Amino acid sequence: MAGTAVRGRLSWQVATVAAVTEETGSVSTIVLDLPDWPGHQAGQHLDVRVTAEDGYSAERSYSIASADGEPVAITVERLEDGEVSPYLTQELRPGDQMEVRGPIGNWFTWGPHDGGPLLLIAGGSGVVPLRAILRHRQRSGSTVPARLLYSSRSIQDVIYRNELNQYRGNAEVRYTLTRSQPPGWGGFAGRVDDAMLARIAWPAGQRPLAFICGPTPFVEAVAELLVARHYPESRVKTERFGGA
Amino acid sequence: MALDGNAIGGLLLEIFGSDMTSAEATCATCGAVRPVADTMVYLRGPGTVVRCCNCASVLIVVTRVRGLSCVDLSGIAALEVNPRR
Repeated sequence: MAGTAVRGRLSWQVATVAAVTEETGSVSTIVLDLPDWPGHQAGQHLDVRVTAEDGYSAERSYSIASADGEPVAITVERLEDGEVSPYLTQELRPGDQMEVRGPIGNWFTWGPHDGGPLLLIAGGSGVVPLRAILRHRQRSGSTVPARLLYSSRSIQDVIYRNELNQYRGNAEVRYTLTRSQPPGWGGFAGRVDDAMLARIAWPAGQRPLAFICGPTPFVEAVAELLVARHYPESRVKTERFGGA
Repeated sequence: MALDGNAIGGLLLEIFGSDMTSAEATCATCGAVRPVADTMVYLRGPGTVVRCCNCASVLIVVTRVRGLSCVDLSGIAALEVNPRR
């Protein structure tokens, strides 16, 4: 009686890979050609389904890396023991196809009408949806002040480094490098802590809107620090990821 | 490792027909009211298990058998789809 199943209202569509760009040694951005894409909000994600020749299929969820109006892109970190990410980052070539559904999620999203000031805090590849927010903010001409604090293991692991380094004026990008710092490093070092937030976080009185994305322990630690700094829980949006 | 309710946005959209990550769930055990996005989600079991981020009680279990989604919502007292922020 599988025919009586709850009918999916969210349908899969075939995406064709337009380009694959290496961001770091373990991270690639995949640009997709999606003729029926309805548009998306910054911060949303999409589900990918890849099917092997023997019919085995696996689904994964990835944040959308691009702003609305740009070609849809995802940025994928290769997990050594992963089932899907090694394929997406190492074997996928332009012209290959996969199934995609989305956009998904109305919670971890930002648009100019949501205001700010924006405090974006990323751990590792958690920077992906926050990059989409920064791009959308810029493309939409929003003047909402934005700060991104990006925690990465080393400078080599920083995704979108050239792009992020170009933000000026009321969009600031700061890094903290947790494992190794290059000689003469002028940014933060170590895990995000209260002393770092004291220098980066907008005072709660300015009614900031915070988005935190990263591995689960990172997100929970940073969210607690912000709540301790009197950020209301409703203004601290979180998204946790992990190799599932 | 727990993820959060954002990770099952697609699954819940498929089942409910509208976005549920911003819906507010009331835990039937402790009464906490939180966005579904903030719940703890475990994908690695035989089904998808969603737990309350306040008391860790099971809120939702989704299992899929031959394309049929079986949804157990007995851990939820209320689910408000368009909460006023």
